[in-house]
Amino acid sequence: MKNITLSSIDADKVARLVVLPFAKSIEIAFKSIRVRFFRSMITTMSLVLAVSFLSFIRVSNDVANGLLAAGNPTYRQSLINAGYDLQPEETRIESSPKQRWIVILSLLVCVVGIVNAQLMAVTERFREIGTMKCLGALDRFVLRLFLLEAGMQGLAGAGVGSLLGGVCAILNGLASFGMDAMGNLPFMDAWTSVLFAVVVGCVLSLLGVLYPAILAARMQPVEAMRAEH
Amino acid sequence: MADVGNIVRVSGVTKNFKLGKVEVQALKGVDLEIPTGYYISIMGPSGSGKSTLFNMIGGLDKPTTGKVFIDEVDIAQLDAYELAWLRCRKIGYIFQTFNIIQVMTALENVTLPMIFGGMNNDEAVEKGMQLLDLVGLGERFSHKPFELSGGQQQRVAIARALANDPAIILADEPTGNLDLKTGEEIITLLKSLSKERKVTVISATHDIKMLNVSDQVVWIRDGRIDKIENRDELKISVGVVATR
Ligand SMILES: Nc1ncnc2c1ncn2[C@@H]1O[C@H](COP(=O)(O)OP(=O)(O)OP(=O)(O)O)[C@@H](O)[C@H]1O
Ligand SMILES: [Mg+2]
Repeated sequence: MKNITLSSIDADKVARLVVLPFAKSIEIAFKSIRVRFFRSMITTMSLVLAVSFLSFIRVSNDVANGLLAAGNPTYRQSLINAGYDLQPEETRIESSPKQRWIVILSLLVCVVGIVNAQLMAVTERFREIGTMKCLGALDRFVLRLFLLEAGMQGLAGAGVGSLLGGVCAILNGLASFGMDAMGNLPFMDAWTSVLFAVVVGCVLSLLGVLYPAILAARMQPVEAMRAEH
Repeated sequence: MADVGNIVRVSGVTKNFKLGKVEVQALKGVDLEIPTGYYISIMGPSGSGKSTLFNMIGGLDKPTTGKVFIDEVDIAQLDAYELAWLRCRKIGYIFQTFNIIQVMTALENVTLPMIFGGMNNDEAVEKGMQLLDLVGLGERFSHKPFELSGGQQQRVAIARALANDPAIILADEPTGNLDLKTGEEIITLLKSLSKERKVTVISATHDIKMLNVSDQVVWIRDGRIDKIENRDELKISVGVVATR
């Protein structure tokens, strides 16, 4: 009897690896978001707002630059009327230092918000993490699941936020400059701005979950199970 | 049964917990040998160190001193991957608080260890359904844990513990949160599994009902083994316990 068990161990030794296929990780992460939809939405909300702000600022500048590039003096005048600080020799509008500061601040606040929300989410899930580890999950499975969740949340939140900001910027342009704003809009630039904001949003989301996820992944199963009592 | 080996060997295990400045010694030197295929109950009053011992045997926590061998392999020598493999393939855990993953369905809970063990999804689903049938929950595979009663959740946990055909099932008060009848059903289920599948069952418990089905009872008191009784010696002390 003993010999049988021992030889079966030897045979197994080659394949002594626990695995979590990537497709399965995505499935689990996706379901996990769906089940906790409300919670995920709150986590993502600050990201949506910050990213839409970033996207709004950048697309607004694109609209203004489109008008400026058309070289029409009336556009130039209406830009100045709309509050753009245009010197006579300037041919491009860059975001002002003040704008940049506000954007950076809003993104910072957003990351802090994500870290906070994710820390709470991780604490709520200690038992789940501990159980998974008892079933054989490696640290990096846990890490990967959290990163995937944050990535998906980031993509969705930043996507929505960025589009929202872009649309608002264009509507705002239409309100200030009429149809000319659309006519002269450099669409490539506007798309680039929107995509840029999405990428920034995803990066921020991942950044925000990194510390909580590492904390969760390093948990010993017993600690994780006890934590909730 | 003379040639049956020991699947678990605990040798001189102590465990200290630091609570602020105070050190609590939860285990004060435990030696224990558990033969393959046995159904063992670990009995003892609350706080005697049952769960602590359970965690040591299961590789969920490390002893302060002493060694735990599973299949004559010292589990302190295993690296993170081998330990995960051990938890995944060799041992099935059942907890007092069920510990079903709340966001997954019954079936997903049962298949997860098989996925970790490298089985492909279709096979895992098929085997998961068989296991749920075995514990009498075949109909409810798509239910989330909160839609199941305590006894049903514990059945899911048992099915999950069996997922990778483990050599050992570790159960820490599996009936602790269940009513009498459901507890009895769970015990009967565990017993029949140990008989049919030759699984070694190690169960920490307060539950006197567990004694009837045990091959051996380990009495633990204040972090030490008080006595070990085999099945035939048991009737007497069960009588004593029952009249207390
Ligand atoms: N993580 C911990 N930190 C500090 N002390 C602990 C810890 N775990 C257990 N102990 C202490 O170790 C002793 C044994 O605890 P254990 O949980 O093993 O008892 P038990 O026999 O399982 O009791 P019960 O039947 O109530 O579950 C107790 O005095 C407990 O306070
Ligand atoms: Mg206990």
